[in-house]
Amino acid sequence: MVPLEATLRQRRQAGRKLLVPYVTGGLGGDWLDVVRAYADAGADAVEIGLAFSDPVMDGPTIQAASQRALDQGATPAGVVAALGGADVDVPLVVMTYYNIVFRSGHRRFAAMLIDNGIGGAIVPDLPLEELDDWAGAAGASGVETVLLASPVTPDDRLARLVERSHGFVYGVGLMGVTGERDRVAESTAVLAKRLKAATDKPVIIGFGVSTPAHAAEVASEADGVIVASALMRKRLDGAGPTELAAVVAGLRAALDRV
Amino acid sequence: MGVPDAGGRFGEFGGQYLPESLVPACQELEAAFTLAWADPVFLDEYRTILRDYAGRPTPVTECHNLSQRLGVRVLLKREDLTHTGSHKINNVIGQALLTRRMGKRLVVAETGAGQHGVATATACALFGLDCVVYMGEVDVERQALNVFRMKLLGAEVRPVASGSRTLKDAINEAMRHWVAAVETTHYCLGSVMGPHPYPWMVRELQRVVGDEARDQARSILAGGDPDYVVACVGGGSNAAGTFAGFVDTEARLVGVEPAGGAAISNGIPGVVHGSKSFLLQDEHGQVLEAHSISAGLDYPGVGPEHAHLASLGRARYVPAGDAEVLEALQLLSRTEGIIPALEPAHALAWIVRAAGTPELPEGSTVLMTLSGRGDKDAQQVMELLG
Repeated sequence: MVPLEATLRQRRQAGRKLLVPYVTGGLGGDWLDVVRAYADAGADAVEIGLAFSDPVMDGPTIQAASQRALDQGATPAGVVAALGGADVDVPLVVMTYYNIVFRSGHRRFAAMLIDNGIGGAIVPDLPLEELDDWAGAAGASGVETVLLASPVTPDDRLARLVERSHGFVYGVGLMGVTGERDRVAESTAVLAKRLKAATDKPVIIGFGVSTPAHAAEVASEADGVIVASALMRKRLDGAGPTELAAVVAGLRAALDRV
Repeated sequence: MGVPDAGGRFGEFGGQYLPESLVPACQELEAAFTLAWADPVFLDEYRTILRDYAGRPTPVTECHNLSQRLGVRVLLKREDLTHTGSHKINNVIGQALLTRRMGKRLVVAETGAGQHGVATATACALFGLDCVVYMGEVDVERQALNVFRMKLLGAEVRPVASGSRTLKDAINEAMRHWVAAVETTHYCLGSVMGPHPYPWMVRELQRVVGDEARDQARSILAGGDPDYVVACVGGGSNAAGTFAGFVDTEARLVGVEPAGGAAISNGIPGVVHGSKSFLLQDEHGQVLEAHSISAGLDYPGVGPEHAHLASLGRARYVPAGDAEVLEALQLLSRTEGIIPALEPAHALAWIVRAAGTPELPEGSTVLMTLSGRGDKDAQQVMELLG
């Protein structure tokens, strides 16, 4: 397993801006090739969505990607097991909603991730107040749980949040759900600066980072970006690993110029 | 039915499973409600509006004809007689007052049958608040009259095409709207569900139903309490408000779920829409679609305090099927001249089925909350009865 935070710190240390592209696990028969293509095209980690029936933090694109993956038979255990055979040299982090974790059982879910070479987990509906049970199981198994910070998170809470986040800190760049936007929200740079001042953990921003220009703009304040909906829109329109890798390469090139 | 613990839990159920962006708003709401609910000025305004605008107290009607027929003494708490025609008004008046108190001008809500949507649109008209209501496409179709009422009242109704296109998905979409607008907008949730403080707050705003009913029943029953207190349960707000008035009495509490959405009877613990409760879900944790004749009960989860009452054994939860619900609706209409909504017809269906059995022995006294009137369902029932 490739460790998440150690790898990201090392790459940041080398002067590199961090790129984390997303794919919905089980969306299309060649989705595992998409993971590999992302890695080859310059991703520093890959985020894999474990589809949930009721994704309240996701906009129309990820909702559609999740529903189609479920319709195609994707299951959390099936996607995780497939990742176990992915053979990629970048860290993998899964994103899913808490009921998927809870239904599986905390220790069982954490063990399943580790057994399949997945070192990180993002659970967007598990705030600090509800974190303990999962964090205990994750920590014991060695899973790094990435917490999300929001533009409306107050300073004192932000300090506690970055302390308990592992792997990196996920900055939610705007007030809203996932999805492409025309321009980077004003709240994005403000949050990135606050997070950078609060922690030396890698600060990676997602939500509304839609183009290479957006990525470069956001990475001028943050350590890196997460790009999801822009990729999944193309995926839903039929793009395969090669076409998606080209998009990731374009993001990579823009970040390398920051 | 006291105050939940510091984590917003009733036993192991409840909590605050929220995206970070919504945590501050729920904390603000909890603080605002806690202060308001102890503020005599707020309480006086709330109660005055319920009296002069919503028509409280609502009566308790003894159903002599039905009682004779069933062999049990049936009392109905008449929430159907409130302004807008259901218990939903009690909750929204309170939340509209809170919205104003928090300095917000915009309200977003979800609705299933449309009763909560109509009530919210009504309160927003009264208080001059802008109102957006999300409603599943299936429900928009089967509750067209309520859609029109909401529009007449000045609300914007947004149909939801995702998922099962019913209440569950309307809640998802209302939450997504709220995340993007949380600094200016209050989410007026319609039931005793969602993240803390909603299950507690909505139950408190509905407890007027149970508090009134207890006193009214005592005057009918020479100081005694009913043997059974029955209400329908979707999310469970009218049942929670009713049970709150009787939980400290000897009355047996019965919640009636739709057979196709019986979260307590058929579900297992899970987390959706911000709280942990019983939930219809598959082996992987995907939430299942409920299927009920009643748009207001067509929901795969249930309020966390009901899950707690069920775990304690203090309340019992039983299912009622679509066919017996339609029968019960017709029975009450013909015997008492009261056309109930499909939702409380579930509670009545259980009473009809159980009367004279060990579940509800002959000669028992049963108080049932008639949570809403049947006007909204007339078209649907007409089609169902052919």
